[in-house]
Amino acid sequence: MASGQRRLDIDTIGDVTIARFVDKKILDETNIQIIGNQLFGLVEEDGRKRIVLDFSNVEYLSSAALGKLITMEKKVKSAGGKLRLCAIRPDIYEVFAITKLNQVFDIKEDQDQALEGF
Amino acid sequence: MPHTHEFEEVIPSDTAAAQRVQERVIRALEEFQYSSRDIFCMRLAIEEAVTNAIKHGNRRDVSKKVFVRCLVDAERVHLVVEDEGPGFVLENVPDPTADENLDKPSGRGIKLMQSFLTAVEYNDQGNQVTLVKRREPSPEQSGKSA
Repeated sequence: MASGQRRLDIDTIGDVTIARFVDKKILDETNIQIIGNQLFGLVEEDGRKRIVLDFSNVEYLSSAALGKLITMEKKVKSAGGKLRLCAIRPDIYEVFAITKLNQVFDIKEDQDQALEGF
Repeated sequence: MPHTHEFEEVIPSDTAAAQRVQERVIRALEEFQYSSRDIFCMRLAIEEAVTNAIKHGNRRDVSKKVFVRCLVDAERVHLVVEDEGPGFVLENVPDPTADENLDKPSGRGIKLMQSFLTAVEYNDQGNQVTLVKRREPSPEQSGKSA
C-alpha cells in the first residue's frame, strides 16, 4: 500500500499549509517517488498555494530528492503560489549549498520564521 | 576489532538491493566507530553512486548487475561501484551549479559525491567509480590537539 503511506504530516495555519516530512532518510528512488507524488498532490489536487516544507525530521537527502523539490517549486510557482523550506539541519543545508540550491529556494531557520510575512 | 572489513557484492539493478548494500557498508563504518558526519557523507555517496550505476549505467535493465567492492579500516573507506553500461565521459557532464542548470531536476549526484568524499575517480570507460573517504578527525580530537 505504498501510495497510501503518508510521508508528509500536514498542518494548516490560516491559508498556509505546513508539510513536515515524516522520513529521516529521503534517499531511495521508490520512497522519493511516493513523497514527490504526495507533494505535488498538495498543489495539483488540493489547490494549496502557500506551502512550507518542514525538514526537521530529515537526516539524509539525495540528489533525486532535490530534483523533486525543484519540480515542486516550479509547480507551486506556476499555480501562482509560494514555497518555503524550513528547519533544515546543517548537514542537509550543506547539500543545498553545494548545489547552490540555497539560492533557488526560500529557506528559513524554523517554522515561525517561515510563517512570518508569508 | 578486526583490522579491515572487506566484502564484495553483486546486486541486480534494483533499488531494494542497493539499500541492502548501503546498510552493509554503513554497518562496517559503525563497526570501526566512524563519526556520524563520516557516516552521513558515505551514506549519501553510496546512494548516489549505486543509483547512477542502476539508472544511468545499466539503464534499469534488471538483467544487468552492479558490482560493489568495499574495504573499510580504521583510517578510510574504499568503495568501488561498477555497472555493465557503456560508461560516460565525466568532462561531458554539465556543471549543475551553472546558472542555466540550477533549475534542472537532475545531475547533482556526482557533485555531491565529490564534495563529501576525499576522492572520486572514474575508470577510462566511465562504468566504474572508486569512492574514498578518509576518517575526519572528530571535534573532540580536534579540541584535544588544540
